[in-house]
Amino acid sequence: MNGELDLIAEMLKHSPALIVAIPLLGAFLTPLIGKINDKIRNAFAVFIVALTSFFVFLLANDILSNGSIHTYVFGGGPALTEGGFAVRILFEVDGMNAFMAIIASILALAGVIYSWAFMKENTGLDKYYTLILLMIAGMFGMILTGDMFNFFVFLEIASISACALIAFRTNQGKAVDAGFKYIVISAIGALLILFAIALLYSQYNALNMAVLAREIQLTFLDKIALALLIAGLAMKAGIVPMHMWLPDAYGRAPASVTILLVGATQASLYGALRMTSTLYGKNIIAVLKHVDFDLFGQSVVFDITLNGVLGFIILLLAILTIFIGVLMALKETNFKRMIAFAAIAEIGYMILAIGSAFLAVASIDTVTSSAILSQPGYMALKGGIFHILNDALDIGLLFLVAGAIYYATKETSLNKLGGLARNMKYTTIFFLIGLFAVAGMPPLNGFASKILIYESTYQVNPILSIIAILCSILLLAVFVKVFHSAFLGPKQEKFDNVKEAPKSMLIAMGIIACLIIFIGLFPEYVLNNIVTPAADALVNFGNYIHEVDSNYVISLIGGF
Amino acid sequence: MLYQISRFIEQWFSSFKTGSEAFGVGFWNPLTWIIAFIIAFLIVYIIRGMGKSEYKEKTEQTKVFLSGNPEAEKEKMHVKASNVYWGFLETLKWLYKGLDKMHNGNVSDYVLWFVIILGVALLLIGGI
Repeated sequence: MNGELDLIAEMLKHSPALIVAIPLLGAFLTPLIGKINDKIRNAFAVFIVALTSFFVFLLANDILSNGSIHTYVFGGGPALTEGGFAVRILFEVDGMNAFMAIIASILALAGVIYSWAFMKENTGLDKYYTLILLMIAGMFGMILTGDMFNFFVFLEIASISACALIAFRTNQGKAVDAGFKYIVISAIGALLILFAIALLYSQYNALNMAVLAREIQLTFLDKIALALLIAGLAMKAGIVPMHMWLPDAYGRAPASVTILLVGATQASLYGALRMTSTLYGKNIIAVLKHVDFDLFGQSVVFDITLNGVLGFIILLLAILTIFIGVLMALKETNFKRMIAFAAIAEIGYMILAIGSAFLAVASIDTVTSSAILSQPGYMALKGGIFHILNDALDIGLLFLVAGAIYYATKETSLNKLGGLARNMKYTTIFFLIGLFAVAGMPPLNGFASKILIYESTYQVNPILSIIAILCSILLLAVFVKVFHSAFLGPKQEKFDNVKEAPKSMLIAMGIIACLIIFIGLFPEYVLNNIVTPAADALVNFGNYIHEVDSNYVISLIGGF
Repeated sequence: MLYQISRFIEQWFSSFKTGSEAFGVGFWNPLTWIIAFIIAFLIVYIIRGMGKSEYKEKTEQTKVFLSGNPEAEKEKMHVKASNVYWGFLETLKWLYKGLDKMHNGNVSDYVLWFVIILGVALLLIGGI
């Protein structure tokens, strides 16, 4: 019994590292396994992702149930050498990391299972699975790392493998074009993030997020670094008007890759959240400018605070993102590009809630180093985080449905589709589930998070809430159009021989559909056990700093 | 295990209360929605069942009536995606003109938008 417990404790201890190491090792073993047999290679890829997911759930269960933070120091020994120079790479996993890792593992598992049948007609699958596993490793690395430079490295691993996967169908010129656009945009974003990291490193001699969060003084260079980080990560997250790469990339990549791209985009969003709320958490309500002037004989006095500026920028971008995403989706006739625009609008909902939460920060508790938010602000944060999970599932499912239709008909133009509900019954059901969920229809998961967002943003400004609800109705209209164009209508002669998607694709869609229904039926359960710890981790940023400070730092930074 | 299951069910039912803190003021109850859906389906099924008895296949009843015009081929009867919401798109033509210009597929323009946002962010965060 003790042996068993020791084994679980050991697995738990090393799980942050294993979650990245397993897919990384699997990626390089895949071409070798592929020499034996294609089926064994596919099974191996599924096994690797399933094993990684097992460690993710093991770790997440411990963190979410105990509220603990797991830190893993690579290379053994203390995190910092004498003199205070941080050399060890740390993985620091709190409620927010665990939450994002759960999302990434669900998407990765669905993507790999779906690939089994979906990609079987393609050649070069050894490379495909290698790249998929590399991308998964990069995604998990971005989510789990507690080191700024390490974050950049994993961002690059995920970006480069994603670029190759987007352009995987090299026989289609537009796929190569989309891959090129993605790498140009990703490289520019990543280099600016690297520049921001260099600015922070040059001042504080540290790359560790917790150490930096403790030391940061909000100097002019820190503000520049924050602007660079926000802009770089916002572009990677597909926020309007830096979103144009997203429909190209999502639309041209194979559906099994698109679902992973959704995860990578959300990992970037997580990065932006971590940087703003943890790295700059201590200074979030810092006064940037004290304004005092006379207006028609009346003295006007107010402070411009960092959270106010951030909240203003984020809310402005959120409204633009929702509005433009929905309007473009309404016009689009390419199935996958349409879902991509809908995905952009959904990202808008998340940042709408996050922007509202920033505006709601009232003060900082200096004893516990935690942000004190008003009740609607805290609810908005929870709604935004909850929507990250729901969006990943809803949009992911819709992309898989689009892939199944492409697999069966070799067609993505909605103008050329019709009457498919007769031939693809299960796919139609899955599409309907995705449709209602993404449009925020009760009793599915999209409603649960959107109602939190509507209610909380209403407290900030009712107009924000009204725009969000109106755009949600338009989003329903978008997918009603898809349902009508692709699934309803008379039987089309050219689709007489179309058959239902293969089992592995149905299983992948089924897993996600079940999760959507489960979250829709038990929103409070998910909210209390998964979402709230994630929101608390962001609010109580002091815990993230203290975990490294108290256990791993030998002496203070600046010992040179 | 049994305790955990009972706790889970208890938690689920406790989430149904009106004006739950997590969901603000209002009423949100997945179970009610499911029951409402089942009732709606039953009503639809009953109405459908009532109509079915009078339905006669391959008679005049099943022929499409288009104000006296001849019926087009089945495939051509399907409204294409680009024709759906035509009125909405036509009314907002001025807006879509600008949006199409924005989404021109040119990666240099994508980068330009990024530079603009970066500039605004630098001014607002760094410049104040």
